[in-house]
Amino acid sequence: MNDNIKKASRHISQNEGLIFEHSSAGKRAFDLPRLDVPAVDPHKALGEHHRSHGTEGFPEVSEIEVLRHFTRLSTWNYAIDLGMYPLGSCTMKYNPRVNEYVARLDGIATEHPYQPQELSQGCLKILQLLEKCLLEITGMDAITLQPAAGAQGELTGMLLIRAYHEKNGNPRKTVLIPDSAHGTNPATAVIVGYEVQNIKSNADGQIDIATLREQVTGDVAALMLTNPSTLGIFEQQIPEIAEILHAKGALLYMDGANMNALTGVTRPGDLGVDVMHLNLHKTFSTPHGGGGPGAGPVAIKKILEPFLPVPVLVEKEGGKLALDFQRKDSVGKVKAFNGNFGVLVRALAYILAYGPGVRQATQDAVLNANYIRKHLEGIFDLPYTRPSMHEVVFSDSIQKKNGVSTMDIAKRLIDYGFHPYTTAFPLIVPGAMMIEPTESESKDECDLFIDAMKSIAREAATNPELVKTAPHNTRVRRLDEVAAARKPILRWKPS
Amino acid sequence: MRYLPKSPTERQEMLADIGVKSIEDLFSTIPEAYRLKNPLNLPGPLSESEVIEYFQDRSKENSVGYTSFLGAGIYNHLRSVITDTILQRGEFLTSYTPYQAEMAQGTLQAIFEFQTMICQLTGQEVANASMYDGSTATTEAVLMAERLTTRRRVLVARSLHPEYRDVLRTYAKHSGLKLEEISYTQAGTVDAKGLQTALRDDVCAVVVQSPNFFGAIETLRPLAEAAHSSGALLVVAVAEGMSLGAIKPPSEADIVALEGQSFGLAPSYGGPFLGVLASRDKFVRQMPGRLVGQTTDQDGRRGFVLTLATREQHIRREKATSNICTNQALCGLAATVHMSLLGKEGLREMAEHNISKAHYALSELEKISGVKRCFSSSFFNEFTIELPRSVKMINAELRKDKIVGPFVLGSAYPELTKHALVCVTETTSRAEIDRFVAALKRALAQPL
Amino acid sequence: MAYPTQYRYTKEHEWIDVKGDIATIGITDYAQHELGDVVFVELPAVGAAVTSGKVFGSIESVKAVSEIFAPANGSVTEANSELHNKPETVNTDPHGAAWLIKLKLANPADVNSLMDAKAYEAFIEEKQKETSA
Repeated sequence: MNDNIKKASRHISQNEGLIFEHSSAGKRAFDLPRLDVPAVDPHKALGEHHRSHGTEGFPEVSEIEVLRHFTRLSTWNYAIDLGMYPLGSCTMKYNPRVNEYVARLDGIATEHPYQPQELSQGCLKILQLLEKCLLEITGMDAITLQPAAGAQGELTGMLLIRAYHEKNGNPRKTVLIPDSAHGTNPATAVIVGYEVQNIKSNADGQIDIATLREQVTGDVAALMLTNPSTLGIFEQQIPEIAEILHAKGALLYMDGANMNALTGVTRPGDLGVDVMHLNLHKTFSTPHGGGGPGAGPVAIKKILEPFLPVPVLVEKEGGKLALDFQRKDSVGKVKAFNGNFGVLVRALAYILAYGPGVRQATQDAVLNANYIRKHLEGIFDLPYTRPSMHEVVFSDSIQKKNGVSTMDIAKRLIDYGFHPYTTAFPLIVPGAMMIEPTESESKDECDLFIDAMKSIAREAATNPELVKTAPHNTRVRRLDEVAAARKPILRWKPS
Repeated sequence: MRYLPKSPTERQEMLADIGVKSIEDLFSTIPEAYRLKNPLNLPGPLSESEVIEYFQDRSKENSVGYTSFLGAGIYNHLRSVITDTILQRGEFLTSYTPYQAEMAQGTLQAIFEFQTMICQLTGQEVANASMYDGSTATTEAVLMAERLTTRRRVLVARSLHPEYRDVLRTYAKHSGLKLEEISYTQAGTVDAKGLQTALRDDVCAVVVQSPNFFGAIETLRPLAEAAHSSGALLVVAVAEGMSLGAIKPPSEADIVALEGQSFGLAPSYGGPFLGVLASRDKFVRQMPGRLVGQTTDQDGRRGFVLTLATREQHIRREKATSNICTNQALCGLAATVHMSLLGKEGLREMAEHNISKAHYALSELEKISGVKRCFSSSFFNEFTIELPRSVKMINAELRKDKIVGPFVLGSAYPELTKHALVCVTETTSRAEIDRFVAALKRALAQPL
Repeated sequence: MAYPTQYRYTKEHEWIDVKGDIATIGITDYAQHELGDVVFVELPAVGAAVTSGKVFGSIESVKAVSEIFAPANGSVTEANSELHNKPETVNTDPHGAAWLIKLKLANPADVNSLMDAKAYEAFIEEKQKETSA
């Protein structure tokens, strides 16, 4: 079963229990410096509020046990540092280590947002330069760096759209969303008080212009578009789509999750987009860290500028930078303080490293996706045959004949040493396999991936049980998600 | 470019395999008129040392060399180097959300431990894997209370962090929620009488913070009883998580919205931080955010998975409990490592150091003629004082001594014109506290 | 699994069994098969009013949520609390022990327009042909 696996081998990995299972009263991992002021009796100071019994159950372990515990846990994870993540629309690219270094500098990591603005010019300059770079990349007029993630960026974008319509006398009722969209799109539209109307994609996986013309009425506030779509296909008729919307006074929102196909090659602002968000933890290399933090800046056209969330970065006379909180038409604050500044620093470091050459990254990303597509075409079913950009979507329909699904193939890919691609999304492709290799993958890594996928396709044909019961070589095998949902155990408890 | 692992030859080979002549052919679906002819006008490219130099130059234009007495929702605490050692391990830093559990048991187990520690800290039964920060966690707690009670009125303490209230206002605008403010007493805590008067059977949540923005610790029992007798839920926001090392956990709360920045996260000019929701088991299906659950694999081994995913956007879409997808996972890991290092005794001791330092600072400040303690409630590491003149002007003087002075309360509370919010943590030495007190005394002695 | 002939069926894959003016409602074997292993069932409270065509509850599997639509107007007289502890019953006995609610029908004649067992079996056969096409 392991003969064809080239990228990975079995290895001894350490076992490790829960940190609480190592805990024993009297062990310490951390010492405080000597107290240099008179000690105050906490009971005297806090009275009835005093937590006299301490934090029951909190671990009591030594420093080496903490270090070993988390080091061992880390060895059970896959990571970009170990190899490709072919996850569609996640853009799992290299997280440059210099970005970690600069984000931790004294004078960068240590600053408090409420300190005087005269003592924060360094931070404000970083924000200003990042704004300038992202506006150049997107071709938009203004930007907010406040939102903490893509979903929050979508929320902010929708709030701006709503504020704009309200200012014009009619907030309108609906938002149009393609059936191929990421779940955050409809979830967000509803939070802002709109109803969602689905648009069906046509046979090419694109928005059908004729249908759109019918659906865009005076009740439509906006269309939320992902471009390239979640199928990895460029929406060629964006300028027409923008025209149709603008003719009825509606706006075009672009979900920028797939910017990795566009950076340096085309600009959403030029295509007619009115407002869009970016995912810095995708296109701009900031680390996923197991699920976040990210950042979701929102770039806009001038018409939406009065409504930007506060604070807005402004330049005063003499070149001094400041944060402006006095904006009467602002949608308000979407998050406390200043957005995920540490993430913004990392994104700027990434952009500075590339400079104008960032276009090469986009080209390599699209090259890798098409290379993989070429080599896997015919082996896996390709439901939409239009050219792919930075990602390609196959389906499991060939393998399904032997009862092997996209989920099974994904699990077998784990035995081959790769993280799975995105399974079962977008929803419009039954049995979807969404593959995005990013520009960080070498030709060798791409070849290993192609090889693994071909081998699994052969297994699906000749030995389907092997694939259906994968993974075989991991520390844990398929986990019982049903039991986890029926009787959730969401914390450790002492026995 | 050093981040791109391709040689020109390899690119040519790959293009040949695909069957196109040049890379431009792969962009043919972008209409010609919209394809950029020139490279973008961006600064760079910079080498690694040049990138470092750029940020080092910026770091010198901030507040290095100053001692700060700012808290107001972001706190300086000691952090062990071990935290960054673990955080910088590539398997944690560069790994994805743990949807494929077999390849992410490290992340999943760490989150399970995090959820457990948050429950222990807050006295609640279940905690999620994180929200963006304390302000959005508080907002999500209110939305959760709305779903649970199907009511629309929210009573919000004026002593809740002003930015948390701003964020709540932004989210509430389109949700049909009606926000009303409950004031504070001379003691600095929530006006319980005012609360009682405002409570009717149309309130979904009473939202308070403890210690509140003024540093005062709230007595939660009567607030919980008042809320519950009207069928409303009590939401307690905790902006200074370290306070839970010495203060009783808010177990009377129905939902706790915690900001975890104090546990191993640098101030970093405002983010990324760590919001967390903690609540009762019976409310878990209405709780947004990821949840990690314990289970077994087909061979009976213990393992961990993301669970109860049907609450989330990728399944429920427009009916999801929240639109949140990416959260603050790595920050949660930092907190988990930090809390493991502190442990039960370290957490208690660190909290007590904070209390001692802050109380010392207050007692020294009260010796200055004209400086008055405001609000009589007990406090943790932040307290409010009233000065005889503008805090802004005093701070301008203090700056000359390389001191970043206390938060000007008048900027968020017009009624507190000469009040300052002073924060002192275990990181401020006695010498620096003494220097601050002396500088303040000098500043007050200056002719107007 | 056979589809009981005394039941009526909806296009949303619910079954309804009428005795006098009390109707018992559940989801069909086809529906439970599509959902996969059921982990949670959300039901309305006793006394709640239910409107024809509107959602009155939901059934969750690990990866999906299925809303349950009322086949007729009425008020809830009973909700199957057994499903709270054993949601898996929906998979093992969808037509019997996994009944969801009992409804006092506002108008028992409403049910007559629903499909009978034969029509429903034909309906799902068509559906299965569509998906494999």
